[in-house]
Amino acid sequence: MSDDLGGKLAAPTCPIPISDYPTILMAHGGGGRLTQMLIEKLFVSSFDNPALAELHDGAILEAGGARLAFSTDSFVIHPLFFPGGDIGSLAVHGTVNDLAMCGARPLALSSGLILEEGLPIDDLWRIVRSMEAAAKASGVPIVTGDTKVVDRGKGDGVFINVSGVGLVPPGVSISPRRARPGDVVIVSGEIAVHGVAILSVREGLKFETTLETDSAPLNGLVEALLAAAGEKVHVLRDPTRGGVATTLNEIAAQGRVGIRLDESAIPVGEEVRGACEILGLDPLYVANEGKCLVIVDPSAAGLALETIRAHPFGRAAAVIGEVTAEHSGKVFLRGRIGGLRLLDLLTGEQLPRIC
Amino acid sequence: MKFVDEYRSEADARKMLQVIRRTVTRPWVIMEICGGQTHTLLRSGIDQMLPEMVTLVHGPGCPVCVTPLEMIDRAIAIAQRPGTIFTSFGDMMRVPGSKLDLLSVKARGGDVRMVYSPLDALRLAVENPSREVVFFAVGFETTAPANAMAVHEARRRGVGNFSILSSHVLVPPAMEAILSSPDNLVQGFLAAGHVCTVMGYRQYEPIAEKYRIPVVVTGFEPLDLLQGLQMVLAALEEGRHGVENQYSRSVTRDGNLPAQKVLSEVFEVCDRPWRGIGVIPMSGYRLSAAYAGFDASRRFEVEGIRTEEPAVCIAGEIMQGRKRPSACEAFGKECTPEHPLGAPMVSTEGACSAYHQYHRS
Repeated sequence: MSDDLGGKLAAPTCPIPISDYPTILMAHGGGGRLTQMLIEKLFVSSFDNPALAELHDGAILEAGGARLAFSTDSFVIHPLFFPGGDIGSLAVHGTVNDLAMCGARPLALSSGLILEEGLPIDDLWRIVRSMEAAAKASGVPIVTGDTKVVDRGKGDGVFINVSGVGLVPPGVSISPRRARPGDVVIVSGEIAVHGVAILSVREGLKFETTLETDSAPLNGLVEALLAAAGEKVHVLRDPTRGGVATTLNEIAAQGRVGIRLDESAIPVGEEVRGACEILGLDPLYVANEGKCLVIVDPSAAGLALETIRAHPFGRAAAVIGEVTAEHSGKVFLRGRIGGLRLLDLLTGEQLPRIC
Repeated sequence: MKFVDEYRSEADARKMLQVIRRTVTRPWVIMEICGGQTHTLLRSGIDQMLPEMVTLVHGPGCPVCVTPLEMIDRAIAIAQRPGTIFTSFGDMMRVPGSKLDLLSVKARGGDVRMVYSPLDALRLAVENPSREVVFFAVGFETTAPANAMAVHEARRRGVGNFSILSSHVLVPPAMEAILSSPDNLVQGFLAAGHVCTVMGYRQYEPIAEKYRIPVVVTGFEPLDLLQGLQMVLAALEEGRHGVENQYSRSVTRDGNLPAQKVLSEVFEVCDRPWRGIGVIPMSGYRLSAAYAGFDASRRFEVEGIRTEEPAVCIAGEIMQGRKRPSACEAFGKECTPEHPLGAPMVSTEGACSAYHQYHRS
């Protein structure tokens, strides 16, 4: 055996310098810079293929003349039950939305459950009923599944993975690479609702609010939008983990365009603003579960906004910015008093401030 | 939102900027003390809207930034002790010690928890009587009363498994340290509104008199800062000195007397090392003799941990207003939020983090 082959058989060096991060930190899952580093340096470089390289919410696969969208998402939320939803409905909505953001009509879902020993059967029953209700409401059946149980202390009650497939209709082409200078950026409603609703029931941080998660299936809204504006819809993305700011940074980087937002145009509810002011959080980085960002050709912006607003999940939709040729790969925000500033990726999760 | 939107109005900001432009005839250097103010200034772009003759330098008022490296190493040593629950505000979690940060201690199995209030840490101690619960008490006069209250409550209720690692610092001695330095550039101060909400502003009157300098107690919203700047610039142009209060909706001359009472009972003033600056006499709080039993550094014998600051980080010069973050050779290169060499790049109130987050284009 030649030395050369021996070299290939040896364990490859981890591309992330061990000295920097010898262990996984929570920030690796926070959606910010460290998450991106994992995706780019470990996963994309290892699994390297054209469908993955798109780095969209799901992959698009050609099959027998049709275009299939395929997506997967895992849910590890705590607490399992929260105002307006639970891990079950969240998991179904999450994958339905990931497929919708590919421009696809979702066809079917899988349900992978990892249960911790000691989980009350009643809790599991509530979660399963909730998954079923969410699947029914979004019109996408759960057609296959798997269940595993781990020792007490080795899980957090329930972890759920939901994968899904969908069909991309002819004429629809959704990709961050289609973002063009002059395109209009629309958000489908008030932002940061889900993240604040979850924070309000977290141990150590309970505060009183009437907020409920905005978790909802967006496939109906997207279908209506695509029927109205068709190929003029260039990019769709749901700003979940990391919020609107992180998602738009990803689009700007992948589409090699700049994005400019107008802070005073971004819809943020009073309760969410109040909670964020007190906790020192920027709502632009807080998670959403029933909202999408739409980047659309300026000629169809009015029609797109009207169509989204006509849908029950899009009533508070607003134009929040535009795609620019300058500042490629970056997002800038025109602040309330008129100053322009960079809206950067965060390194990790937002941490509440001291004072 | 009421009490917020009126301080972020674009039309009013434009008017105030016009007044400032009419006021300024000469170059001036002004320091805002508080890191929260630094972030508002950069976040809202005020630093770019001011006349060129006005130079803003950023003060030492970021509690995370001025906490010395050795104090973070002491916190990490305590957090690594088996059975300990180490609690801290979120900001401190990512600040690198000489080898690790608190989030890495957590990733390696340490029980490190983020809390929003020292009273939550006290509650954890009550709920976990078999474990030691330690709270990392950092901050200026703003956070000190709540931390004092937690210790006061712990003693009153006999919660013996609770203690704090105190790294409290005080604003007026730091201002004096800056002003008395031979290479001081600062000609006027925006004092930190929240610190003064607790302490009032009597303490600043002798400083303003001694150094013949204007000090304006200022709030944190964009219009607060614009008005505070206008007031300090008007005083400078007219050759006036003394203390004025822009943040009158929150601050009185005497401050919050009940809070000051708890502070003087639980804490005593001591010499304190500041990161990058060195020891400033009588510039910190330690637990008073009656509460010394709640001092985590004594209880866990970490007082012997001493760490030298890294030479490349110029945090000290930045926090004394001698340099801006962009003047640092490591800024944005060796030193980024992912690889911070010093605390000002980590903290949400740090000047380096503000420049990196809002200015890099």
